Amino acid sequence: MNFQNILHSVFAAVGQSTSGTMDFRTSMVNLAYLVAAVLFIMGFKGLSHPRKAVRGNMLGSIGMLIAVLVTLINKDIIDYRWIMIGLAVGGSIGVLLAVKIEMTSMPELVGLFNGLGGGASVMVAGGALIESTIGGVNPTMQLMVATSASGLIGAITLWGSLVAFGKLSGKITSSAILLPARHLINIVLALAAITMAVMIVQDPTNMMNYWILVGIASVLGILAVIPIGGADMPVVISLLNSYSGLAAAATGFVLSNTGLIIAGSLVGASGLILTKIMCVAMNRSLANVIFGVLGAEEGAATADEIYAGKVKSTSGDEVAMILEDAQRVVIAPGYGLAVSQSQHQVRDLMNLLEAMDIEVEFAIHPVAGRMPGHMNVLLAEADIPYEKLKDLEEINTTFAETDVVIIIGANDVVNPDARKETGPIAGMPILDVDKARTCIVIKRSLSPGFAGIPNPLFAMDSTLMLFGDGKKALLEIITALKEAS
Amino acid sequence: MLDIVTLITIFVLAIYVGFEVITKVPPTLHTPLMSGSNAISGVTIIGAILSAGSHQDPTLTTWLGVTAVIFATINVVGGFMVTHRMLKMFSKGKKR
Repeated sequence: MNFQNILHSVFAAVGQSTSGTMDFRTSMVNLAYLVAAVLFIMGFKGLSHPRKAVRGNMLGSIGMLIAVLVTLINKDIIDYRWIMIGLAVGGSIGVLLAVKIEMTSMPELVGLFNGLGGGASVMVAGGALIESTIGGVNPTMQLMVATSASGLIGAITLWGSLVAFGKLSGKITSSAILLPARHLINIVLALAAITMAVMIVQDPTNMMNYWILVGIASVLGILAVIPIGGADMPVVISLLNSYSGLAAAATGFVLSNTGLIIAGSLVGASGLILTKIMCVAMNRSLANVIFGVLGAEEGAATADEIYAGKVKSTSGDEVAMILEDAQRVVIAPGYGLAVSQSQHQVRDLMNLLEAMDIEVEFAIHPVAGRMPGHMNVLLAEADIPYEKLKDLEEINTTFAETDVVIIIGANDVVNPDARKETGPIAGMPILDVDKARTCIVIKRSLSPGFAGIPNPLFAMDSTLMLFGDGKKALLEIITALKEAS
Repeated sequence: MLDIVTLITIFVLAIYVGFEVITKVPPTLHTPLMSGSNAISGVTIIGAILSAGSHQDPTLTTWLGVTAVIFATINVVGGFMVTHRMLKMFSKGKKR
């Protein structure tokens, strides 16, 4: 056995013995992908605590850098020009978006990023399909199935996310848009997509089939998100997040790339967990969010019956007087906080109250806002310590000992009707704000929340309504408090 | 090409690891979790790079690849940076 033979057998042992085509370099590249995957997992693990989270995110990004660098030395790459142009253009846009974005606009940015990931998967799988048929080699069954899955999930993610982005940024109406016979249309489209996938597997050389599949999936993505209204957005965003991961994993099967498969499935799992948490927080099944529509029921009490003569409106001065006598105040923010961008005023109010030796905490409902954790990010931006942000179970045990609850732009998540047996929000876990001594509700009007039902909380004896824009109302309270002290 | 069974094994195990690790993320960090995982799903950039660099004279594959590189890079760079921005706010809140 000469030296070359020995080397050859060593490389073969390092590489995959089944394929026999893997050389030493390929093995090294795959090991590097493994390192990247471990870094991704460590990154996710870092997110288990706010203090370790910055480092976790760093580890994740180092993992990505390693993955990109080892890909660049791949022997299949013969021309770097277009890669560099793509990296430069994409990198600049990414930096610009990340630096410029307002924290209140985070949901639409995440929606947009989701879509781009899905779109990239569609194109990579398409490219792989073209390449596989060029040499006249018959592509394997695995490649065809994976390519179809990648195109299907990727296109649904891309277009679904773009619609979600439009809704969240106000470019499309955020209320539910309902087409007649939409379920039928969706079923027909889904069947058509499956038919196309089968055709791709049977005849890989016909590229047109792939693009038709992508087209159908795109329409499906649009139609799936269009009927979903504003307050259900946290579920949709989480689900699309999961899809973007699954699309990447499918692309990993197309390219036989373990790095893609591991990273993609991690993200897929993450999105699924968030989707489940959001559904539980609304006491609705995923199918109900996607296919059902919330609406007031026949025979339910109308807004007039509930509100007539019972709603008490208040002023900033009166609220300030009530607050002065309080020992414990809980602030419950909702989407209205994001709309009025009043997180800094909330912080000022908290500081004022704490200077008066009043205990202040925040009640965060899991689906408050338009994406998971939306409120937490806004309050963190205003330097409110995360220890003060309490989740549903924790804060609900304290409302009985709370003097004043200030509700800013929240409605359905504080509606006591959720405790009833029937109704559109029956069984949804809510913040038990009605157990506190006084409720101050800052809201622009008595208009119903997303569930479309009146809120008996607003008519309770212990509730005072402070009508107006969140920021203005908070400023009134702050001014009145400052004058009094 | 790797054995399909090997790939499926990796896929299933990675999903389990994901479930285990991500269940431990507190609700307060759910938005950074989304944007961070978003950045990681931009890992398609690997495939995009291979696609964009596979030909000396640009073909349809090259163009698909370049567009995919742009999309995925926005996703990766923007995702990690905006996550970093958010997480810095959380750790800043701690010191007060």
